[in-house]
Amino acid sequence: MSKEYILKTENLGIDFGGLTAVNNLNLKIEKNQIYGLIGPNGAGKTTVFNLLTKVYEPTRGKVIIDGQSTEKMDLVAVNKLGIARTFQNIRLFKELSVLDNVKVGLHNQKEYSLVSAIFRLPKFGSAEKEIESEAMELLDVLGLKEFADFKAKNLPYGKQRKLEIARALATHPKILLLDEPAAGMNPAETAELLDTVKFIRDHFQIAILLIEHDMKFVMGLCEKITVLNFGEVLAYGDPDDIKNNPEVIAAYLGSDE
Amino acid sequence: MEKMKQLFKKNNKNQALSFLLVIVMYVAIEALLKTGNLKSLYTSMLVPVCCYCIVALALNLVVGVSGELSLGHAGFMSIGAFTGVIVSGYLSNFIGSQMVCFAIAVVCGAIMAAIFGFVISIPVLKLEGDYLAIVTLAFGQIIKTLVNNIYLGYDQAGFHFSFVKNTIELQSGGKMFISGPVGATGTTITSNFTAGVIMILITLIIIYNFMNSRQGRAVMAARDDKIAAQSVGLDIVKTKTMVFVLSAALAGAAGVLYGLNFSTLVPSKFDFNTSILVLVYVVLGGLGNMFGTLISTIVLVMLPQLLRALNDYRMLIYAVLLIVIMIATNNKTIRDMITGVFNRKKAEGEGE
Repeated sequence: MSKEYILKTENLGIDFGGLTAVNNLNLKIEKNQIYGLIGPNGAGKTTVFNLLTKVYEPTRGKVIIDGQSTEKMDLVAVNKLGIARTFQNIRLFKELSVLDNVKVGLHNQKEYSLVSAIFRLPKFGSAEKEIESEAMELLDVLGLKEFADFKAKNLPYGKQRKLEIARALATHPKILLLDEPAAGMNPAETAELLDTVKFIRDHFQIAILLIEHDMKFVMGLCEKITVLNFGEVLAYGDPDDIKNNPEVIAAYLGSDE
Repeated sequence: MEKMKQLFKKNNKNQALSFLLVIVMYVAIEALLKTGNLKSLYTSMLVPVCCYCIVALALNLVVGVSGELSLGHAGFMSIGAFTGVIVSGYLSNFIGSQMVCFAIAVVCGAIMAAIFGFVISIPVLKLEGDYLAIVTLAFGQIIKTLVNNIYLGYDQAGFHFSFVKNTIELQSGGKMFISGPVGATGTTITSNFTAGVIMILITLIIIYNFMNSRQGRAVMAARDDKIAAQSVGLDIVKTKTMVFVLSAALAGAAGVLYGLNFSTLVPSKFDFNTSILVLVYVVLGGLGNMFGTLISTIVLVMLPQLLRALNDYRMLIYAVLLIVIMIATNNKTIRDMITGVFNRKKAEGEGE
């Protein structure tokens, strides 16, 4: 039997009008793997994330998460299947507190009915207690515990990115997609984030797919890397293969043509 | 001790203030009433103020908390009011206690409004923004027109119903509940100020409990960012339906309170103007701010009465004052000045 893949795409592609943004993409991500998706600006990396999470409907091909095809599913359904993400242009619940942002992520994990909420039945108390403690735990993992009562919009940029990760983790995903998690962070913060991502993988036993421009970060973290260019796969392999691949270097630095 | 601490957290301060305001106002007004110091001009306004407070709180749930504009809340009031009149009129034949009749009428009015809320939420909540607002506006008009054409009576033979034209001939001892454009007449008045205040308090409890629950958080999350909310597995249509129905039910209950406060009630009372007025209370009070909504509702409902001395210029001055208040509350300098007075301590404690 072949290896178990937590996320697989088969000839995935999307066109916007006449423009092919992503074409023939075949990703295979194993359980507990940290996987990098890199490429120059406009290569279609974020579009891939939007396809995987069903923000966009693919024009061609399909996405298989944990053995299940996501055809005809929407954002909500694929999240329930076990995929969670962060966003390149941070999308937090701005007016809610940091803690509440994570609690929203736990919405489908610990449930109680509207009736028990309005009449404060015992079910409400016990469930809210669990929600609170798990949310605090997640904030602790990402070093946001002391900011729990802040409004999300008042957090510094780097911390907002971390809060997005905490919120995504709250949905108990099997694979976590991080869209430029280190953007806007200084070197010290980036180094810290690297450890955090590793810790998340080990602690929660999940796969992580990330988009990042910081090459040190990607090379130090990812076990497998796919390079996209103009929506097509340019290269695939271990960090060392990618680093020394002349085509990749040309794509990043610009070729002579 | 832990509970006490929580009570004074920033978020809960607003809640505590709301309850405090309602109770203090109640005690003060009751005292004035008992000593006979309140002009009858104002006593007649007490129940309507309570009613508008509840509707404004309910509407703030839709506009402020879930971020959708509804221009049809008077429709839910109307449904509640006339349901209440019918239920209370019918039950008074069997149940002696006016209180029990009233309570049952409130519950029935709320349920009826909730049902209508659910039915219109099916097409409405698939729309967004302006489109949704326009559909709710149309809904308000439809309800007004429908009620305007309903003739409903009751006698020993049971209920009699006709539409558009009054063809009902009741036996002696029978009673007309709704007679088309004339509305409900001869209603036994069972609403009172105390009932209104209790209903405000219950409304506040329901709304705050909702806002501090997983459902409430989900609604606010969907308001702040739809895509992100869906990406963490929130079914947005479901959560918004929940809020809309809850809000409709509360508006319906408020309608019952209103309907049972007058012996005659015309359907045209609950028109587009009423919806807009309530929206004004909500916007002035602050979106999602229940305490502010209470204050603005009380002030703006009473204002026309206070301006009565101005005779013909009353509504003109009212409009001018409204513009001034809106500008003043949106001016950052003035707002900082006001909040500065109230929250001097908070500014020092920031960063905790």
